[in-house]
Amino acid sequence: MESTSTSTGTTINRSLEWFGDLGIFSWRVICAAITRPFEFREIVRQFDEIGSKSLPLVALSGAAIGTVLALESRSSLVRFGAKSMLPAAIIYTIIHEMGPIVTGLVVSGRVGAGIGAELGSMKVTEQIDAIEVSAVNPYKLLAFTRILACIVVLPLLTLVTDFCGVFAGWVATTLADPITFHRFLNKGLAGVNFSDFLAPTFRTCVFGLIIGLVACFQGMRTKGGTEGVGRSATSSVVLSSLFVILADVILVKLIIIFFP
Amino acid sequence: MKHSISVANLDSEQAVSTPAETALVVRDVHKSFGAQHVLDGISLTVVHGETLAVLGRSGTGKSVLLKLIIGLESMDSGSICIQGQEIAGLGLNGMNRLRIKMGFLFQHAALYDSLTVAQNVAFPLERHTKMSASERGARVIELLRSVGMERDLGKMPSDISGGMQKRVGLARALALRPEILLLDEPTAGLDPITSGEIDDLVLKLQEEHALTTVVVTHDLQSARAISNRLALLDRGKVVLEGTYQELAESNDEFVREFFKRAS
Repeated sequence: MESTSTSTGTTINRSLEWFGDLGIFSWRVICAAITRPFEFREIVRQFDEIGSKSLPLVALSGAAIGTVLALESRSSLVRFGAKSMLPAAIIYTIIHEMGPIVTGLVVSGRVGAGIGAELGSMKVTEQIDAIEVSAVNPYKLLAFTRILACIVVLPLLTLVTDFCGVFAGWVATTLADPITFHRFLNKGLAGVNFSDFLAPTFRTCVFGLIIGLVACFQGMRTKGGTEGVGRSATSSVVLSSLFVILADVILVKLIIIFFP
Repeated sequence: MKHSISVANLDSEQAVSTPAETALVVRDVHKSFGAQHVLDGISLTVVHGETLAVLGRSGTGKSVLLKLIIGLESMDSGSICIQGQEIAGLGLNGMNRLRIKMGFLFQHAALYDSLTVAQNVAFPLERHTKMSASERGARVIELLRSVGMERDLGKMPSDISGGMQKRVGLARALALRPEILLLDEPTAGLDPITSGEIDDLVLKLQEEHALTTVVVTHDLQSARAISNRLALLDRGKVVLEGTYQELAESNDEFVREFFKRAS
């Protein structure tokens, strides 16, 4: 009993310590971000690394959820005599929830692991120390550039997921019951207004912040050689995915309150 | 126990020597990692143009000392003055201004593995000089030529040997024309011939650039070849400081044992 409470106490202490360290790390990144030079070249490189290279994966994921939604929703809606609602159901579900969350999770897997492993490897081979010794701030060069790229790129990738999801949803629908893409969109977007699209898409900026921040933090605090690099990559994915899901719960509630 | 031998071997009070002559003063520095006391009141002075080799067994805090000097670690207590400037309490900008005056060679070179050899050497130049691309290119070639690596500009660090990586690391450390050079185990893990080449290279560069150098090593022959003075560390303290000859003739048991094993 005593050992259980001791272990619980240790876990709580470690969690608090982790959040404290994350706060200090965030503060250093903010301080680094507002001072010159702004590392534009590295930011552009990260846009390519995080954005362009994630494009095929998010497009494929979007297409997959669009297809599954069309196939699954169709049988349910037919059963309740609401087959005409299928385009609206697909489009609304994708742009409101599935597009943003799937993009967040896919990017946290690909980018979170990548950043965690890359920075972790740089840490254990003293490359981050070498950057510091060269009188360059690693919080700016390595962390800020990646976090900014994640924040900017996530909504753009979400648009790709949304488009591919809707398109694949149309393809799956039209194979069973032919309908033009124009009509599919018209029917689907009839009940959707701009705020239905805007707020969910831009909530992925928060997902980007979480993914970038957690992955950079885990990577730059790596200890213990190659084993530590593996741990950092894994924990970056696990923690960023977990926090993306938790943030989604909070943000969905906030969006419902502010954009009823 | 600490024996004073050379003129430059100064204790805590003497360490405040003329700033014009002194490049680096380490005074009564303590550093612990948790319960482990790594440095226990270490004091050293290095004058301009001098090369001091810091010797000792593994885990005696030699590399930690270099990391304290360059500001990668912070000391628990004591004082480190670089060219008359105390580093304790210096902000990031102040420390960076000092870092530009210092070159650091890491034990495993720490080359950026996503950059080519030339890009590694150009890295500090891109950030701290207003050189045009062509001037920078010329300076990179000049630096790589000085370490005998001018033919490997486009290679990635993973494609070159450990000795070659150290050469490139040395070129990168010299890129901003530093006044102080800190070398962490420059010959560790290298065969005797490559070690000798690195020693010759360090000597040549010291001559060309009139550098003040602190070299951390457990390679006694390398220390003898490239340094004016040696300091032997044990359990976080300087056991003995002096020329190679003075240390070799010492009656201190630890020094005699170290020399016997290392020779």
